[in-house]
Amino acid sequence: MDLYEHQARELFEEHGILVPKAEVTESPREAREIARRLGGRVVVKAQVKTGGRGKAGGVKLAADPAAAELTARQILGMDIKGHTVGKVMLAQPVDIESEFYVSYVLDRAAGRFLAIASAEGGMDIEEVAANRPEAVARIPVDPSEGVTTAKAAQIAQVAGLPDRTVDVLVRLWDVLTREDAVLVEVNPLVRTSGGQILALDGKVTLDDNARFRQERWGTQEAAHDDALEAAAAAKGLNYVKLDGEVGIIGNGAGLVMSTLDVVAGCGARPANFLDIGGGASAQIMADGLSVILSDSAVKSVFVNVFGGITACDAVADGIVQALESVRLTKPLVVRLDGNSAVEGRAILDGRAHPLVEQATTMDGAARRAAELANAH
Amino acid sequence: MAIYLTKESKVLVQGMTGAEGMKHTRRMLAAGTNVVGGVNPRKAGRSVDFDDRAVPVFGSVAEGIAATGADVTVVFVPPVFAKAAVTEAADAGIPLAVVITEGIPVHDAVTFHAYAAAKGTRIIGPNCPGLITPGQSNAGIIPADITKAGRIGLVSKSGTLTYQLMYELRDIGFSTCVGIGGDPVIGTTHIDCLAAFQDDPDTDLIVLIGEIGGDAEERAAAYVRDHVTKPVVAYIAGFTAPEGKTMGHAGAIVSGSSGTAQAKKEALEAAGVRVGSTPTETARLVLDRLAQ
Repeated sequence: MDLYEHQARELFEEHGILVPKAEVTESPREAREIARRLGGRVVVKAQVKTGGRGKAGGVKLAADPAAAELTARQILGMDIKGHTVGKVMLAQPVDIESEFYVSYVLDRAAGRFLAIASAEGGMDIEEVAANRPEAVARIPVDPSEGVTTAKAAQIAQVAGLPDRTVDVLVRLWDVLTREDAVLVEVNPLVRTSGGQILALDGKVTLDDNARFRQERWGTQEAAHDDALEAAAAAKGLNYVKLDGEVGIIGNGAGLVMSTLDVVAGCGARPANFLDIGGGASAQIMADGLSVILSDSAVKSVFVNVFGGITACDAVADGIVQALESVRLTKPLVVRLDGNSAVEGRAILDGRAHPLVEQATTMDGAARRAAELANAH
Repeated sequence: MAIYLTKESKVLVQGMTGAEGMKHTRRMLAAGTNVVGGVNPRKAGRSVDFDDRAVPVFGSVAEGIAATGADVTVVFVPPVFAKAAVTEAADAGIPLAVVITEGIPVHDAVTFHAYAAAKGTRIIGPNCPGLITPGQSNAGIIPADITKAGRIGLVSKSGTLTYQLMYELRDIGFSTCVGIGGDPVIGTTHIDCLAAFQDDPDTDLIVLIGEIGGDAEERAAAYVRDHVTKPVVAYIAGFTAPEGKTMGHAGAIVSGSSGTAQAKKEALEAAGVRVGSTPTETARLVLDRLAQ
């Protein structure tokens, strides 16, 4: 779960890292009040979970409270790379002397975290790393030791950061480990003309798997930009909305990803990712179908199940029961294969629903679902 | 021979007395696995009846090893207890820990990954279906009855895609199938399995299944180019996955321009690996290659 900049800023502040004074609002009128409280001149920053805000016009300096209101009005509702701006953060401007980059990222290959730091902050770090790799220090962190003062001093020294960043590096490691984050990035970390080290902009990604021990996350629930994703999440479904016409239900993340690809290879676009997992009960099938059928873009639905532990006859029973509670409005193509596939197919044949048809292979079923979607 | 798991393997089950543990211990036994015990400190000294076999419950992995000579543990405990379970198994000196548990926090996985490596314990998973050597032993949740013993080795990030390929190639059969798991931090990697299959006299061809996220497939491609002389056929899932969205598996996410399926496919093809565009086509490529 990615946090908004203002949420990352609050976490940094709680962990004793200096940040600019700032407040968040959804209202231009309130933006004016906030600007007044912050001393008049403010930076207005769109709160969206994507990079490149500045280039898209989502970060602007306002000279006074009236300008802050006007700027907030312009930025709120703006579309930045498909994200609608719902909130702006107004922050006191900072007198920057120099800018740095620091982050802790997961090195999947090594199975541990990596400190990445550079004295060239404020820019796209991937660009800096591509053009001048020597300007970016990458230092592995031993999980049994973490980032101690000595380790932080090493990171700062290798990256060419001032000594005063050492304390921030230790505190950022606390943010990473205590908050169960999998990414903590500050770009830029700045030194002000007064010599203070401030986190000017931050990105934090929390580990969804750690929700069971991070009770406060309830209040930071990932806002689903998409209404269908929100509805699916409310039913506990593993659903991702996509921009296509063929609704997809499958069991197992890899098989569902593969199903999307095979449908795309047949000349149609998948409308979603939905993994119903191993169980494939009537309830989850009904929940999944009802979310997919409420997507007005969907023209056909492809249920792709491989019976491994869950036998196909149980899955077929689940589909038949789901059809009792969900009114099918689009054609449904079902592919059952693996354990008890013959029995499963017979159950669906017995139900003989006019909108349900079967195919025995994944590729054949995908072709049929694509055909049905394109025929409309 | 096979890799990592044979009929000689003596298997402990941590979390055997839970619902999932019970269900899958029964299945493992039915597949021929030599399950020598369960581990649960609150039920130590009892035993659990599975059809015609009573399996003893030990208070710790160390006790289980002392009593039975176990060399594999399969971990079914809930995420909150997973770090402690794996740490305990590593402390007891078990050579192989198969971690089925899904939903383990990344910081816990990072911690037990480093700990087990230092103790010399190989981890498979977490968030994986385990591994099977058909006809010999099954450690995890892979359905045993959809394929048979043969000479294909398979390594995969995905459970159901593993089953799909096992089923499509059931007439040829498999030496060992290893589900390495879809989490960002895993123990045994594609490369580990490639190396083991390359050295396994019972394996003639290797199927590699990958998916979006990270660069494990790219690194596996480089390894194939430099070290693998046996034929390798691959399949990659997630070409249509949008950037920045997690697709089911915690590790399956395209970040910016990295982790895409296209980059993985290109890297594998550059290393001489045939990559199928669907699971079925991948199975066909295997058959073609074996017919050569």
